[in-house]
Amino acid sequence: MHDLYRPGNSLFHRMHAGHKVLCLVFAGSTIFLVSNLITLIAALVMITFCYRLAGLSLSDAYQQLRPVVVVLLLILIVQGLIHSWTLGFTVIARFAFLLLAAGLLTLTTRVSDMITTIESNLHWLRPIGVNPGKVSLAISLTLRFIPVMRRVTTEVREAQKVRGLERNLPALAIPVITRMLKMSDDISDALDARGYDPH
Amino acid sequence: MIDITDVDLKYGDRTILKNLSLRLTEKRIGIVGSNGSGKSSFARLLNGLVLPDQGQVLVDGIDTAKNAKAVRRKVGFVFQNPDNQIVMPIVEEDLAFGLKNRGLSKAEQAVKIDAILKHYDLDEHRNHPAHLLSGGQKQLLAIAGVLVMQPSYVVMDEPTTLLDLRNTMRISRAIDALEQPVIIVTHDLDLLSDFDRVIAFDQGRILADDTPSAALKTYITAMTHA
Ligand SMILES: Nc1ncnc2c1ncn2[C@@H]1O[C@H](COP(=O)(O)OP(=O)(O)O)[C@@H](O)[C@H]1O
Ligand SMILES: [Mg+2]
Repeated sequence: MHDLYRPGNSLFHRMHAGHKVLCLVFAGSTIFLVSNLITLIAALVMITFCYRLAGLSLSDAYQQLRPVVVVLLLILIVQGLIHSWTLGFTVIARFAFLLLAAGLLTLTTRVSDMITTIESNLHWLRPIGVNPGKVSLAISLTLRFIPVMRRVTTEVREAQKVRGLERNLPALAIPVITRMLKMSDDISDALDARGYDPH
Repeated sequence: MIDITDVDLKYGDRTILKNLSLRLTEKRIGIVGSNGSGKSSFARLLNGLVLPDQGQVLVDGIDTAKNAKAVRRKVGFVFQNPDNQIVMPIVEEDLAFGLKNRGLSKAEQAVKIDAILKHYDLDEHRNHPAHLLSGGQKQLLAIAGVLVMQPSYVVMDEPTTLLDLRNTMRISRAIDALEQPVIIVTHDLDLLSDFDRVIAFDQGRILADDTPSAALKTYITAMTHA
């Protein structure tokens, strides 16, 4: 998730993150009001064309759908057999459209811009004790440290393997957690040293 | 000038640094000592990350115990492991982190970030996820993230320990080029040859405090015969 963003300078890249999210919400809700298959296919063609406009390839578009192709096919078959094939295609066309639209958003929007948008839209939660700055820092730190955590886990697993310990979840979890705790101390020092000051 | 007067530092009831008094005025100061001798604790005293149990630490007259925030603005800190110091997912965002904390506008941030990215040869990586950088590039990014804040002093805790020779040399050149006074904890004695002063720690006490050649000689002799 952390390295989905593709730098670029297209219309979509330059669009304000908040506006993009609004467009996504709007398009996503509208698509459920459309039940005409031809219109849906036109929408799919259009969103695919948007990928080209954003300087992305058709394969990028396909990558958004790839993880769920099997699920989509299953839905199609079930709907097709129970109801009608037209309905089956309608349902999966809607899903595909949603996935493509959401993918377009993540591919053309920096995480930081998305976070800024979240941050500036959470201000109304302040009265009940939610600090939007803290929420956005938490999201950033999570994104930053997912790959680090993955690497630590691999290191520990390898260290255990060379010493003859095969798959063993508790044996893996304990050193990983210990290292993450030590690391979180260092990270919190680093936040201090770098002048972080939640207000 | 950093002034350390009669400082004791304890963790629980263990005394880590005992009755330490030092005045740091030189432009390049090296700190050496064996593992656990208190080097990191000492480095952390200098920017108020840890506070003394006795005595005081003054940075340009500001007491770390009284105004840690002002001290941290003055004293930039580079940790051993850049992975724990880089807190934002994307290179450019990480550089913006400290500047944002200081309340700079987007435009002011951009000017400073552009300059520092060029200076450290990280320009082509500005939009890349930080975790994809090499070890040396990560440490450069960590250093850049500190220097972009224009601190008056830079403290580094073993900045080259995790790096290979080539990257160690890169970092060493980066340190040479700094205008600020630098206080650097290291096991890499070669790094210190043209420094102004080297302080050797042993079990929380000062073993030697001298020119690099004299201090390192005492240090190496003590370690060999220990
Ligand atoms: N947060 C802490 N809590 C308790 N003991 C600590 C802490 N940090 C360091 N120590 C202990 O203090 C001593 C000095 O540590 P440190 O300053 O990290 O030495 P060095 O950097 O020279 O290896 C070590 O014995 C270490 O175990
Ligand atoms: Mg240390």
